[in-house]
Amino acid sequence: MPGLAVSTTINGDDVEFLCQAEETLLDVLRDRLGLTGAKEGCGTGDCGACSVIVDGRLVCSCLVLGAEADGSRIETIEGMADGETLHPLQSKFLEHAALQCGVCTPGFLIAAKDLLARNPDPTEEEIRFGLAGNLCRCTGYDKIVRAVQDAARTMKGV
Amino acid sequence: MGFDASYTAQKFKSVGSRPVRPDGVDKVTGRARFGADFNMPGQLVGRILRSPHAHAKIKKIDTSRAEKLKGVKAVITAADLPDLTDGNAEMYDILDNCMARGKALYDGHAVAAVAAVDAQVARKALKLIKVDYKVLPHVTDVDEAVKPKAPLLHKDMFTGGVDPKPTKPSNIANRSQYGHGDIEKGFEQADVIIERSYKTEQTHQGYIEPHACVASVNADGSGDLWVCTQGHFVYRQHCAELLGLDVSKLRVTSSEIGGGFGGKTHVWAEPVALALSRKAGRPVKLVMTREDVFRASGPTSATSIDVKIGARKDGTITAASATLRYSGGPYSGMWAELGAMTAFACYDLKNVRSVGYEVVVNRPKTAAYRAPSAPMAAFAVESAVDELAHQIGMDPVKFRIKNAAKEGSKSSYGPVYGPIGIGPTLEAVKKHPHMKAPLGKNQGRGMACGFWFNFGGQTCTDLNIGADGTVTLAVGTVDVGGSRASLSLVAAEELGIPYSQVKAVVADTATLGYNDMTDGSRGTFSSSMATISAARNAIEVMKERAARMWEIPVENVIWENGQAKAKGKKYGNLPQLSVKDIAAAAGNTGGPIAGHSEIVADGAGVSFATHICDVEVDPETGATKVLRYTVVQDAGKAVHPTYVEGQYQGGAAQGIGWALNEEYIYGEDGRLQNAGFLDYRIPVCSDLPMIDTQILEIPNPNHPYGIRGVGETSIVPPLAAIANAVSNAVGVRMTHIPMSPPRILAALDGETAD
Repeated sequence: MPGLAVSTTINGDDVEFLCQAEETLLDVLRDRLGLTGAKEGCGTGDCGACSVIVDGRLVCSCLVLGAEADGSRIETIEGMADGETLHPLQSKFLEHAALQCGVCTPGFLIAAKDLLARNPDPTEEEIRFGLAGNLCRCTGYDKIVRAVQDAARTMKGV
Repeated sequence: MGFDASYTAQKFKSVGSRPVRPDGVDKVTGRARFGADFNMPGQLVGRILRSPHAHAKIKKIDTSRAEKLKGVKAVITAADLPDLTDGNAEMYDILDNCMARGKALYDGHAVAAVAAVDAQVARKALKLIKVDYKVLPHVTDVDEAVKPKAPLLHKDMFTGGVDPKPTKPSNIANRSQYGHGDIEKGFEQADVIIERSYKTEQTHQGYIEPHACVASVNADGSGDLWVCTQGHFVYRQHCAELLGLDVSKLRVTSSEIGGGFGGKTHVWAEPVALALSRKAGRPVKLVMTREDVFRASGPTSATSIDVKIGARKDGTITAASATLRYSGGPYSGMWAELGAMTAFACYDLKNVRSVGYEVVVNRPKTAAYRAPSAPMAAFAVESAVDELAHQIGMDPVKFRIKNAAKEGSKSSYGPVYGPIGIGPTLEAVKKHPHMKAPLGKNQGRGMACGFWFNFGGQTCTDLNIGADGTVTLAVGTVDVGGSRASLSLVAAEELGIPYSQVKAVVADTATLGYNDMTDGSRGTFSSSMATISAARNAIEVMKERAARMWEIPVENVIWENGQAKAKGKKYGNLPQLSVKDIAAAAGNTGGPIAGHSEIVADGAGVSFATHICDVEVDPETGATKVLRYTVVQDAGKAVHPTYVEGQYQGGAAQGIGWALNEEYIYGEDGRLQNAGFLDYRIPVCSDLPMIDTQILEIPNPNHPYGIRGVGETSIVPPLAAIANAVSNAVGVRMTHIPMSPPRILAALDGETAD
């Protein structure tokens, strides 16, 4: 089958690709574009490891078709740091040891970035419900919540 | 050179600090490469066809139509994986599990596999494979499987460990027994006896990263395997044996591992990927779907356990016994045996007996899950212990303190304990503010203890000193939760240099000697011991080099705070030499500087924990909310305390999921009904409170720094702690895990909890 031509902006760069109608955005990012930061933990939108932001909206990229992304602006974990400077969430995740195996981490960071963009001063409960779409099996979430709380304080300049 | 591993008290500089891990930046920027993040040139996509039947004879497999499909490069069945196991029953079971041989033994059992140019073609090809099954009666429940008229999985399975050998086959693979004393006499001395039966359902390790590998076998019989695994040396051994390759010619590289918890300790699809690659003549990438992971990898045992414990009115336990039936999937294991060994390990008992039965069922092959088999046994025993304390009218913590094992106690599984942490964790719990936190309506508090053996094993480590004096530490134990940080701290401590000058990496199988896998909480324990040994060897080399640089006898060189110093009046004014100084001169003093270590890390100190949990149960819905949770555990010595806390919290969270919600649900047809994260729901962030931790440090006498493994014990107490809390909240004793809302409502209605 001839591929579908898709034009997007990914992490600020213009990116064009061909994909099959059945391919998900996650397949395209990982297998066609070499952006393997987003992970496939389930392929059914239950684990959040493939989280990316499309046109300002947090999505599971396994539930979006590659072809649907035409004309959209996509942010992935690969674009989260500013050159050598880590995003405060990235720094705080390291400082608080908010990761063990690290496979869920890109999804958590993207989801937490989206959460703080919408709610810069979340309560613990708002963080817990805001990140309830991301599964972590290693940490018990304690250190993740603390890292997000600390990043929120840092980002507000407190 | 002999290595003295005995403990010496010392003041640490690096060990005990909390630096950022060396693999951290890669993991927060998406650069870390996990199993599915790697590709080889010209690679194909592998996919596995799985049995839809719980138990079926495979009469015929017709692969011809799949083979003819454009883009398909190889199709394999069991015929492409001939039996080379030479009578090794354990390896035969692993082979049979990788690809069914004559019979499909569970829903999800692999029966054929394809390699194709892309995923689309591979999926189409699977649909073109025709398997002719004769469906057989199945049994998935552990109690049903032991009944005399249960469908038999194996006609040649005669229960082992029984004398005389049974004359009829059954689904009980083996019987084991542990204990000492005279339990009949012990029960006669008891004033109160509790006797109850408990059940726990099957759970999955639930690692977020599905099994994934890229395999390449060349025409010359050499091969490469990139894989997420807890033990790449073990995978190499398994794959080489099953495919008839030379061990030295198969190079296995462990990717970053996205969680394992025991589920990545033996091969599942890797031999299939290698066989596909061999047949296709191209590399093959094989990644399980989440459904594959649930249906065909990992799960722990489902169990059925009877416990009887008797005590005098003063709180002394006089006798304890347990009968434990554990499912092993369709193959024999030692799951019930581990349950029997751990069941009463927390207590100092005069009369104790535990009997384990390994039961085969038409479910996926059971794999280790974090302190395998101990949580279920602890659930049963700690529930009964709690009930006994209540009946005697004694505080459950005090009751446990009175009966706790201590140094010199003969354990229920045989050995006599050295210095151990059960008493101290209980004393810490007694004093913990959590025990005084107020409880409201429908709320209850529970506590429970847990034990795990810990393991040491074969370990090989290289420590290489670079020309600039910085250090590369090559270890062979896969880093599952931050061990590269811990091991870098240990190398820095031993050499006397800053943590920032050490970089730990996990070496592949071609560049380092054999290592057992990261299991039994051995990663930091054993590799830190090997690291200390390698660092001490490197220090000896550096002392020789310093002697050469100074042109003095090596006996006059000492190592202190990361510096070579000359001793004695004659040489005392020589300036000290740092690692950097010595490394810079290496080319002229004898060449590269390295320290090696090959050891069997004996003496893993046993581990104990006590947990406290507060819950609130909604009497209308049966839903349970965990309000407060506290873990107290002995770490021996916490090398990187933040990651030790992480292990405590992670194990507790997995235990909470197991206690309240997680379970494999099978239909009447023997098919798994909830093979996805939507229906097999692990705890999410909003389900849990903060998990408080308290690290105790009772040094392990068999490790230079006193380190004990910390990874597994934290999953042992939660099932019981939460069951005790829920039982206290609702006033009805809960005996079936998970305590899902329907089971709690049924218990409240006074019905049988099912």
